[in-house]
Amino acid sequence: MTEAAQPLIRAEGLYYTYVGGTREPVAALRGIDLCLLPGEYVAIVGANGSGKSTLLRHLNALLLPTSGQVWVYYWNTRDAAHLRSIRSTVGMVFQVPDAQIVASTVEEDVAFGPENLGVPCSELRSRVQEALDCVGLGGLEQRASHLLSAGQKQRLAIAAALAMRPRCILLDEATALLDPLGRSQVLSTMQTLSRQGLAVVTVTHDMLEAALAQRVIVLHEGQIALQGDPHSVFSQEALLLELGLEVPAPTHMAHALARRVPAFSGLPLTVSELVQAVASALPSDRRLPQCRTVS
Amino acid sequence: MTKASTLIRVRDLEHTYLLGTPLEVKSLHGVSLDVSAGSTVGIVGPTGSGKSTLLQHLNGLFRPQKGEVHVLGASLSDPAVNLREIRRRVGLVFQNPEDQLFEQFAGDDAAFGPRALGLSQDEVRARVRWAMEAVGLPFEYKDRLTAELSQGERRRLALAGVLALQPQVLVLDEPTAGLDPQGRHNLLHRLASWAAQGSRAIVLATHNMEDIARLATYLYVMVRGRIVLHGPPREVFQNADVLLENALAEPVAVQVMQQLRQRGFPVRTDVLTPDEALQQIEALFDV
Repeated sequence: MTEAAQPLIRAEGLYYTYVGGTREPVAALRGIDLCLLPGEYVAIVGANGSGKSTLLRHLNALLLPTSGQVWVYYWNTRDAAHLRSIRSTVGMVFQVPDAQIVASTVEEDVAFGPENLGVPCSELRSRVQEALDCVGLGGLEQRASHLLSAGQKQRLAIAAALAMRPRCILLDEATALLDPLGRSQVLSTMQTLSRQGLAVVTVTHDMLEAALAQRVIVLHEGQIALQGDPHSVFSQEALLLELGLEVPAPTHMAHALARRVPAFSGLPLTVSELVQAVASALPSDRRLPQCRTVS
Repeated sequence: MTKASTLIRVRDLEHTYLLGTPLEVKSLHGVSLDVSAGSTVGIVGPTGSGKSTLLQHLNGLFRPQKGEVHVLGASLSDPAVNLREIRRRVGLVFQNPEDQLFEQFAGDDAAFGPRALGLSQDEVRARVRWAMEAVGLPFEYKDRLTAELSQGERRRLALAGVLALQPQVLVLDEPTAGLDPQGRHNLLHRLASWAAQGSRAIVLATHNMEDIARLATYLYVMVRGRIVLHGPPREVFQNADVLLENALAEPVAVQVMQQLRQRGFPVRTDVLTPDEALQQIEALFDV
C-alpha cells in the first residue's frame, strides 16, 4: 500500500448491539466495513434509526464496537491509551449550536481545547486565529459567543474542533437547525475544509447537502445498502425511496421530466444543473423574444 | 370582536426581555397575525427574529406586555383568563421535543397529559392510540422504552403526547428538523389531514421552505421582531430579494423557475411544488 492510500479511518466487521432494558438486544450496526481516506468528503444518509449517528460515534471512539474493529491511523479505538490521539485527530460537531459552546467569548471557546492540551500561548494564538479564519469568523474574536447567530455558532463549534489540528471532522446533522443562510455558510465551510485536505464526514437528511460530498454512503438497518459518488447513488431513485430516502429535488424533477420528455436527459444534482439541462434541451426559439435581443 | 372563524388574533404585540433592566432587549416590535380555523399558518424568519417569542405568546406562556393576544375568544391580557384551559386547547411543541420525554415507556409519555386531565383509563387509552396513530407510530410501541426509540420516533412520540390532549390549535417549532425524508413527508401529510378536520389550525415556525410550500396556507415572514411580508406562500415567495436579504430562500421549485425565467424562458414563477414546476417545464417542451 502506498503512503497516499493509507486510510485515515478504517472499520472492519463493525457490529454494535445495545441492550435496552426489558426488550431484546437491538442491533444498531450489523457488519460495517468502511475505509476513509485522508481528505475525503463523505456524506452518510439513511432513515431515522438506520445507524448513522451510531456509526459516526464509532469513528472517534465515543462508542466502541460490540464486535469488529475501528482504527484511526494505526490506533485501535478499543485501546484507551490512544483515546487522546484519536479524539484530537477526529473532531466532532453536533446538531444543537448552543450545546457545544463552553466559553463566553469566541476566542476563549476556540482556545479551550488546545489550552487544555497544554499548547503554549504563542502557538495557541496562531491556532485560534487560523481556525477562526478558516470558518470565516476572523474579526469576531472578542464577540460574546451567546450573541452569535446559529450559523455562526455552528462555525464556532467547527473552529473549536479545528484548533485541535484534527485530520478529520465529523458533523452530526450540523445544519439541521440553521436558517438557509446559516446552512449555506456551514456547507461552504465544509467544502473549504475538504479543499484544504481535511477529511469531512457529515450525517444529513438533506439530499442537496449530501450531493456536495465526494462519496455518499446509504445506511439501512445498520448495514451499508449503497455507496458511491453522488451521481451514481442518486441515479437510483426507486431504491432510495424504498429505503425511506429521496433524491435531491432537482434530480427528482429531472427523472420525472426524462420519463415524459424524450428530448431531455441528464442527471442534475443542483438547481443550476437542472436549469442548465433544461435550457440546453430546449430549442432557443422557446425563449421570450425581448430576452433574445438582450442576449 | 373576534370573528367566529378566527382562532388566534395578535395585534401590535411588543415584547422586551429583561424589561426595566439595563440589559433589556426588544424582541417583538408590534407584531400582528391572524390564525383562522382550517388554516396552517407558516412563520419563517432568520435565527433570532423573534419567532419563538411569538409562539410562546400563543398559548399564554408569555402574557402581552403591550398589544393584544386573543386566543379562542379570550384576551390573554385579562388576569382572570384560565391559562390552563388555553394551554390545553393550544398545544405547543418546542424544537427538539424528544429531549423532553421523561417516562420510561413510550405509552406512558403519550398518556401523561390525558391522565393529568383526570380522564378514565379507557379514554386515556383511546386518546393515546389515536394520537400515536395520527403521528404514524404503531400503538404497540407504547410498551417500548422511550430511550430506545430512534430520534424520529421520539419526535413523533413527543408530538403524540401533545395531540393526546386533543388541542384545537397546534403550535410547532421546527417539527421536521432531524427527520428522514419519508418521516418528514409522513408527518407533513398527517399534520395536513389533522388540520383539515373540525375547527382546527396549525401554526408552524420553520426554516424549511419546502415544508412551508407543502403545508402552509398563509405565510408570515418575520425579521428582527417585525412582520416584513405576509400573504399566501405562492405570493410571498415571489419576493426573492426580501427573502435573500434576510437569510432566507425560496423553495427549490421557485428557484428553478426563476432561473429559467432569467434565461428568457416564458415560465411562471408562482409555483410551490416540484410537480407544479414540472408542468411549466413540460409545457415548454410541448409547444
